[in-house]
Amino acid sequence: MTLENEPPWGTPCTQLLVYVAMPGCDGFPNLDSKESYKLIVSKGSMLLSAEAIWGVLRGLETFSQLVGRDENGTYYINETEIVDFPRFPHRGLLLDTSRHYLPLRAILETLDVMAYNKFNVFHWHIVDDPSFPYESSTFPELSKKGAFNAMTHVYTASDVRAVIDYARLRGIRVIPEFDTPGHTLSWGPGAPGLLTPCYVVQEPSGTYGPINPILNSTYEFVTSLFQEVSSVFPDFFLHLGGDEVDFTCWRSNPKIQAFMKEMDFGDDYKKLESLYIQRLLEIVSSLGKGYIVWQEVFDNDVVVRPDTIIHVWKENLLTPYKEEMANVTRAGYHALLSAPWYLNRISYGQDWMEAYRVEPLDFRGSPEQKALVIGGEACMWGEYVDVTNLTPRLWPRAGAVAERLWSNSTVRNMDDAYARLSEFRCTLLGRGVQAQPLYVGYCENEFGEV
Amino acid sequence: MAFNKFNVFHWHIVDDQSFPYQSIYFPELSDKGAYSCNLIYTPADVRLVIEYARLRGIRVIPEFDTPGHTQSWGKGQKDLLTPCYNGGQPTGSFGPVNPILNTTYDFMTKFFKEISSVFPDAYIHLGGDEVDFSCWKSNPEVKEFMKKQGFGSDYAKLESYYIQNILDIVSSYNKGQIIWQEVFDHKAQLKPDTVVQVWMANSYAHELSSVTGAGFPAVLAAPWYLDYISYGQDWKKYYRVEPLDFPGSEEQKKLLIGGEACLWGEFVDATNLTPRLWPRASAVGERLWSSRNVTDLQDAYRRLRNHRCRMLRRGIAAEPVFVGYCAHEGRRP
Repeated sequence: MTLENEPPWGTPCTQLLVYVAMPGCDGFPNLDSKESYKLIVSKGSMLLSAEAIWGVLRGLETFSQLVGRDENGTYYINETEIVDFPRFPHRGLLLDTSRHYLPLRAILETLDVMAYNKFNVFHWHIVDDPSFPYESSTFPELSKKGAFNAMTHVYTASDVRAVIDYARLRGIRVIPEFDTPGHTLSWGPGAPGLLTPCYVVQEPSGTYGPINPILNSTYEFVTSLFQEVSSVFPDFFLHLGGDEVDFTCWRSNPKIQAFMKEMDFGDDYKKLESLYIQRLLEIVSSLGKGYIVWQEVFDNDVVVRPDTIIHVWKENLLTPYKEEMANVTRAGYHALLSAPWYLNRISYGQDWMEAYRVEPLDFRGSPEQKALVIGGEACMWGEYVDVTNLTPRLWPRAGAVAERLWSNSTVRNMDDAYARLSEFRCTLLGRGVQAQPLYVGYCENEFGEV
Repeated sequence: MAFNKFNVFHWHIVDDQSFPYQSIYFPELSDKGAYSCNLIYTPADVRLVIEYARLRGIRVIPEFDTPGHTQSWGKGQKDLLTPCYNGGQPTGSFGPVNPILNTTYDFMTKFFKEISSVFPDAYIHLGGDEVDFSCWKSNPEVKEFMKKQGFGSDYAKLESYYIQNILDIVSSYNKGQIIWQEVFDHKAQLKPDTVVQVWMANSYAHELSSVTGAGFPAVLAAPWYLDYISYGQDWKKYYRVEPLDFPGSEEQKKLLIGGEACLWGEFVDATNLTPRLWPRASAVGERLWSSRNVTDLQDAYRRLRNHRCRMLRRGIAAEPVFVGYCAHEGRRP
């Protein structure tokens, strides 16, 4: 055994010293949480320092990725000095638990891997047309009648608390989305009278449309529900949805037609939608919450509070997202970008590259406008996704989005990103995460090996 | 596969990137060509696969694809691959199997002797697809050989020369041969029962006509490349395929012996194999088993969803067909 081939091991380090400027870790992370940290590894000492506990969490994750293991089983780490902080404060992942129910362990595992990727917002699109798995204490009938199965496909109050706390310990905010007035079919069975009855030639057809915006009972219901949601979910922000409202049912309903005439809205049902949304926003505001809404709310000229966050999701020839980003920020609103990051839209090949190449601030606008972009979210809509394919479909592809939102805009070399992402994928495998391959090759620790 | 009445496992076991098959005669092939020493299939592993398949009524047809797709073979078998040249000098990189050396055929004779005895099925898949001629074209000895053989500048003739030799070798071991369509397209001389696998998506119906018109049995894979994922219910487009929808006589149609769903591995491994395969492959399974008139999509949708839940119950992580749920999933007590 020749000594000159031995690596230059320094003195063994046995502890990482952690220093936090602001003591205490009982609180919840928020949009203004400080996630910066400094990590110094030198001969004989390793020091992690941060302003707040959230920075410590980020630094610990980085530290865990710096530690290697040689063929003899010795753990090692290179000397290094890192000063790190996120580019955008809102780096989120959307999961959809209505199109398919996701068992609690799948959500918790996703939160783990989000933390490995420094994601800090879990956007929980918890209910939608197909099912209502959220067990409401105020309106137990909603999940009783609206869940796929009221016994097995629900999130109890304790499940929800578990998610919120598991996320908190990882520096991840939980922002629930109760999307209205569209995307609410599953609300109907448990809340009779809530949805608009559709008509066919003057007779009720038996089918239902969006929430009925002309009834007082609607706003009473909405107030009570959001009162509960506001107290269950501690984050300042709620996502109120507001996307893809189909006007056909409203148009068919004679009472609504009469209301439209009364209000002098003519044939512009966007005005009716706005009326509902405006009242909803007022209700939520008075409950002391801020809100995020899908872009249609802005596009349809609804009057919203100045600190409203507009979530940009549409991408097509008519509405290219870069234009929308420009419009939203020009109007003075904060923007969240998701349009190029719909990870549910799978395709053949290394689509992570497209996600990585996105530059969120690449739109026409002043520096003041660009400062209004608070970040973005990778979305994993659930039409074709459940626990059988969630993890391989999410990772490592979502990692490309995570880096784009954390790192400096100059970090965009594809070859380097490929090398790091494929190695990170092997790291994920080693941590028991069923992350799929980026391309041909192998990892030292393959998935499923004994 | 057995749950879906598939009956052939086409094992594309080696290719450019790695050689995981542990050969008894040529241990260096996997020693040097596998990704790593534990990412191999030992003879015991291979026997296990064959027996496991047999008990399920599934044939195992191995594919040792040559002369292209063989980069990994060169690591453990010196002088098997053609050295590429640039400006009169070897570049250090290699191309397809070298078709002009006797040593090549000595190797293949011995190698396929092993394969013929290890794999009991009557057929072996010999590949023959996507041969890149540029390296052959660059090699002075190959060019010399082309001249001697009177092949002119038609390298398809050299490819056919090579393949014909391999087919003869495999024939001598009393094995039938399956080859990818290029071998047929490039006019190699094939034995009468050689099975041609049609994989190129462009005008595959036309190719089926040509192959069966020339009297060869055909296996259809072209519209069933399951590795080509896309957003939405793509099982429908696999289900809608009618293999016999090609111009041809009754006799020709009889030569279409079946098809294969292919899940190429560029982006697939144990982490995503099962959800990517099932239940999408089930659409192919039904198309190949059921009568021609079983085509109602709505009925198929209902049954496919049930079948997906059935596979879930059996512990197979088959992915969802669409929005919904299975009774036996959800929260565990």
